[in-house]
Amino acid sequence: MSLTDLLGSFFLLLAIPFFWGGSIGLLRFPDIYTRLHALTKADNLGLGFVVAGSILLTEEWTVGVKLLLIWLAVLTASTISCFLVANAARKRKIKPWMKSQI
Amino acid sequence: MITRRRPIRVNHYIWPALLILISVVVGLIRILRGPTAADRMLAAQLFGTGGVAILLILAQAMQMPSLVDVALTYALLAAVTMVVFVRRHWGNYENTGKGKDESH
Repeated sequence: MSLTDLLGSFFLLLAIPFFWGGSIGLLRFPDIYTRLHALTKADNLGLGFVVAGSILLTEEWTVGVKLLLIWLAVLTASTISCFLVANAARKRKIKPWMKSQI
Repeated sequence: MITRRRPIRVNHYIWPALLILISVVVGLIRILRGPTAADRMLAAQLFGTGGVAILLILAQAMQMPSLVDVALTYALLAAVTMVVFVRRHWGNYENTGKGKDESH
């Protein structure tokens, strides 16, 4: 097992806590605006680690470029959908969660 | 002509994929809880991102490079799903008239 394999496996393992953080955040956060954070930040960072690990593990560089493009596509998509959902929620006058509402 | 299926071999890279799958399934509880339709769609998007990650790891674990293309399709579909949901259903709240759309 070479050093790049080891580093790639390490990145794959590093992705797992971020996905767990995203899931738990989606369950535990109080309103839709905060849940968007958990989804569009933690999960995409986890996916970034998966992509980094896969690039290190794969042999051909063309596959690596494709993986990088997939990550960029997911990043763009989640940014746009986060904006759309937050904007629609604001238009529906869903109130952001405040600490005083507990 | 009978083609024999190649036995599926997986190596140890399957374990991160399994752990991510469990986390995605746990996140899907948000679909049951709601409360708005957008929260449920967010859980679907979680499945999109998690699914892409799982497919990329499986491409390594099963030595099947074609799964990368499946992951790319997944990524694009997740984007389209979310945009269509907001533009056609959840977003045009003012156009449909208040009180008419009770899926809130």
